[in-house]
Amino acid sequence: LTVLAAGSSLGPYFPYLLKGFYVTLEVFALGTVVWLPVAFVLAAARMSRLLPLRLLAGFIIELFRGSSALVQLFWAFYVLPLAGVRLSPLTSAVLVLGLNEGSYASEIVRGAITAVAKGQREAATVLGLTPFDRFRRVIFPQAVTVMMPGFANSSIDFLKFTSFVSLVTVADLAYRADAVQNATGQTAAVFGIVLVMYYVASVVIANAGRGLEAWIRRRHGGGSRRLKVLTRVLTPASASQREEPMP
Amino acid sequence: MTWSWSFVWQILPALLSGLWVTVRASLAASVIALVLGLLIAILRYQKIPVISPILTLIIDFLRGTPLLVQLYFVFYALPAYGLKLSPFVAGVVTLGVNFSAYTAEVYRGGLENVPKGQWDAIAVLGLPRVVAWWRVVVPQALRPIEPQLGNYIIAMFKESVLLEVITVPELMTQALNIANTTYRYLEPITLVGVLFWAISYPCARAIRHWERHVSKSYE
Repeated sequence: LTVLAAGSSLGPYFPYLLKGFYVTLEVFALGTVVWLPVAFVLAAARMSRLLPLRLLAGFIIELFRGSSALVQLFWAFYVLPLAGVRLSPLTSAVLVLGLNEGSYASEIVRGAITAVAKGQREAATVLGLTPFDRFRRVIFPQAVTVMMPGFANSSIDFLKFTSFVSLVTVADLAYRADAVQNATGQTAAVFGIVLVMYYVASVVIANAGRGLEAWIRRRHGGGSRRLKVLTRVLTPASASQREEPMP
Repeated sequence: MTWSWSFVWQILPALLSGLWVTVRASLAASVIALVLGLLIAILRYQKIPVISPILTLIIDFLRGTPLLVQLYFVFYALPAYGLKLSPFVAGVVTLGVNFSAYTAEVYRGGLENVPKGQWDAIAVLGLPRVVAWWRVVVPQALRPIEPQLGNYIIAMFKESVLLEVITVPELMTQALNIANTTYRYLEPITLVGVLFWAISYPCARAIRHWERHVSKSYE
């Protein structure tokens, strides 16, 4: 209750905090545009037939997974400019956080694609599908359903990562929370409100992830006719009885 | 700016003392996360009316908010309520409690995998509850999830770098102190990354090996 009472005196600061929330969502959106493609590219390289490509992807993944995103962000913020690379704090944060999360998520992609039964691949080959069609029409649609829960988790992790940008001068929600509590002294109220804002955002993301997953499953089950025919051909009778044609 | 090895040797002792603080903090936080996570998982498993939903909400909240802001809250806001903690204790407790939300989920998976027949056997033998949990259920639940718990300890070790924001004299704090007094950023901050990597990578490899071993023995 004391928190609520203190919260009412924070009225004038709400627009300032909301602006920070907007910056957080902006970092989140930009970062997602980076980490999603990175995850697929790294996974593809990791599973490539070319050894140098596999080694390079493995190196990048282990490099980014070996320390916290914050260490990498500080490195980009303090060291890269010395090498003449001048990026705005926002740009370098989005790139570094995106590469970091992309490295983790590439394992989700790889795991899902490997999980799609080997028989599926063989059957598609037997049917004379080109490698590209085999991937696009048979393996990917099934793998993507498997990836969705992992991606939802990655998105929530990424939302939390975005708070790191406050430590390299980007005025996001965490940054402004610190500024407002400095100005008003209402420490508990400010951080309490900001924690709730982050929590609401993560709940929205989690629900959106579940919704998207359900949508993909529905589309997968009843959408593209060609895919439907293919899945019926490619899955054993017992499996095609099930609602979702998953391995 | 070029890399200077002599500068590296000069700052290495300070960085290693920071690393020691980092290791101590993450080990202490691991103890909290491992014990608290198990207690939460056992409490939730019993589906007690009011307590289980509250625990679920707390876990969701801990998992849905940034550790950074949680640290700010514990370190800067709680003293107003008479709970004044040193930076190290505040950092360790926050890190440990935060990760207990993750370990609780891992334990839950383990507990749910214990065959139902074990519970029937416990009932038939009339084992006291505490004995049933600690001598029968928990040991069986633990074995297959141990590598996963190990992964969370490594994650905690890496995340502990955030304790820098509440002035714990850990590795990154030491590096930034050196950088701010000498105006050389290249070596200290690069070394932070190298030192973290040098510990977490071999540990992650070892756990991956262990995981393969464990999953093989359960086939």
